[in-house]
Amino acid sequence: MNNHFPIIQVIDEEGSLLTQDYNDLINKEFVRNLYEQMILVRTFDRKAISLQRQGRLGTYAPFEGQEAAQVGSASALAKNDWLFPTYRDHAASITFGHSLPHILLYWNGRVEGCIPPAGKRIFPPAVPIATHLPHATGAALAEKRRGTKNAAIVYFGDGATSEGDFHEGLNFASVFKAPVVFFNQNNQYAISLPIQKQMNSKTIAQKSVAYEIPGFRIDGNDIFAVYFYTKQALERARNGEGPTLIEAVTWRYGAHTTADDPKKYRDQEESVMKRKTIDPISRLERYMKKSGIWEESWCETVQKEASDTIENAVNEMEAFPPPDANDLFDHVFETATWTIKEQKDSYFQYLRGEHS
Amino acid sequence: MTLETEIETAKLTMVQAVTDGLRTMLAEKDEVLILGEDIGVNGGVFRATEGLMEEFGEERVIDTPLSEAGIVGVSIGMAVNGMIPVAEIQFLGFIYPAYEQIMTHATRIRMRTKGMFSVPMVIRAPYGAGIRAPEIHSDSVETLFTHMPGIKVVCPSNPYDAKGLLIASIEDPDPVLFLEPLRLYRASRDNVPVEKYRVEIGKGKIVKEGSDVSVITWGSMVPVCLKAAEELAAKGITCEVLDLRTLYPLDKESIAETVQKIGRTVIVHEAHATGGVSNDVMAIINDTSFLYLKAPIERVTGFDVPVPMFALEDHYLPTSERVKRAIVKAVTF
Repeated sequence: MNNHFPIIQVIDEEGSLLTQDYNDLINKEFVRNLYEQMILVRTFDRKAISLQRQGRLGTYAPFEGQEAAQVGSASALAKNDWLFPTYRDHAASITFGHSLPHILLYWNGRVEGCIPPAGKRIFPPAVPIATHLPHATGAALAEKRRGTKNAAIVYFGDGATSEGDFHEGLNFASVFKAPVVFFNQNNQYAISLPIQKQMNSKTIAQKSVAYEIPGFRIDGNDIFAVYFYTKQALERARNGEGPTLIEAVTWRYGAHTTADDPKKYRDQEESVMKRKTIDPISRLERYMKKSGIWEESWCETVQKEASDTIENAVNEMEAFPPPDANDLFDHVFETATWTIKEQKDSYFQYLRGEHS
Repeated sequence: MTLETEIETAKLTMVQAVTDGLRTMLAEKDEVLILGEDIGVNGGVFRATEGLMEEFGEERVIDTPLSEAGIVGVSIGMAVNGMIPVAEIQFLGFIYPAYEQIMTHATRIRMRTKGMFSVPMVIRAPYGAGIRAPEIHSDSVETLFTHMPGIKVVCPSNPYDAKGLLIASIEDPDPVLFLEPLRLYRASRDNVPVEKYRVEIGKGKIVKEGSDVSVITWGSMVPVCLKAAEELAAKGITCEVLDLRTLYPLDKESIAETVQKIGRTVIVHEAHATGGVSNDVMAIINDTSFLYLKAPIERVTGFDVPVPMFALEDHYLPTSERVKRAIVKAVTF
């Protein structure tokens, strides 16, 4: 199946363009935007880990290494599309317009972190694995039923493909031609389990064959391949041609979350080597240098601006009003049931030091 | 002129009343969609959706793949995006693959987003034993859902309530599990109004007044309790029967009222005893009516065993004989 689904690249690891198909679309502004966004999210990721180490953030799921997969795909979305992320896809959410302070709030256990800016159709991160694939299919079917050109994208990892909901989501979408893009980030580990123990299949893209939908295996660290293949899948969706499965092969350098130690289950030397060879940001940098659009001073400005933006977001997160115990009770139903009302009243009396 | 002559009614069985409720809402709101296994061309394995695909088209009456988690998960996505899906799970015993979708998403999205996203969906599921069905087709596990915060659980016992509660469920802004006692689907016919009406979620109904004992029950056990009440009336024991109709949130006022009036109580349900909704009813009695009790509360329930294969289901199911015995015990304490 490797032969049926070869890894698709638009730029190689040295940063050389392998095809002239996208020449009209790849210009300096386009490339710089992608680079700036990748720097922003990587700076965010490192800052979040640092905040967690300092006790200023809860357990955090880092994505460093997967920036091209997330930034490239989310950049291909249109304003009114839907984005269904997992807990590791905040780079995609940020790229699509989520607020940085709110993403930080999420990792501080705050419900406000689940709420996207007004009008942004970004779902709260799915924590149970693969359960959000049917949601994306359903949201996409609702768009189709209303006759819009909006589509949905849903992110999930290699481990998610072993869950029933992966298959149910794909099958439903295929049967009803839902305008949805199934965007898999195959970072080759589900916490500790390597992909060879996750599946006997050689690729994830081949699972598209079973559902009679297009499947592509792309180099997830090649931001051009990610962007253009996602864009193409979204176009198919908008044109009523149904879902697409994209496998973006990538790598997470760090831990599954700040609560685990990857050295226990894999040789971290491999990550060191991958950082030297296939890093998505270095790769775009090489491309920019080769094509004469690299400027050292510009790069420094980009890094400085990213750091400032994130510092501001951290300040905003830390200045956020304290959690409100009303939120424990007030949004379970549109109108609270008597059980919840009684429990809330009793608890608030207790908080006020009153006896009921 | 009496009320009955003013309102046009039709003699419907419970399953026909369900169809009528679905038809009413499909006709009223374009956002209402129904989906499930075999509900379209086949009209549902119990014929609950008969004729609806022909009437409203396959875009709104959707035959789905055999995929319970998919049906509920896709419904969640649709509901979040402006649709009002009514999903059918063919039997309650088949709902388990979808349990995760309900528990981790349908019931939480409103709270997780402080109301930005909500899931106005209904899951219909026939439940219960008594029709000699194959294994797993006879489960009665409402407690798995009443325990879940964020979903309402309703359970009609007659055609009138079935239509009115179904319409109220479809109009409810939050997820509702709508349990249909399959053995009552064709057990009786009621005069069901042709027009739209609602039965309020969260309100029980005294289906028989009495003064010697309160029998609190719902769904498939309502006729069983009424039969017991009828037989005991000949012996001078008059039973008051409260049909709860909604299992979450329970009708605290109606429970307290009948218990405080009589002070002797029997709770009857088909589901297993441990963790049954009867325990929540007892908690309400404890909280509201402790000093009114004249006897320990009796319970008649299914046993703490998996619902057996049908050769033994008559032993599993509470019968009017068992209910009568419990009533006599409560009355003579």
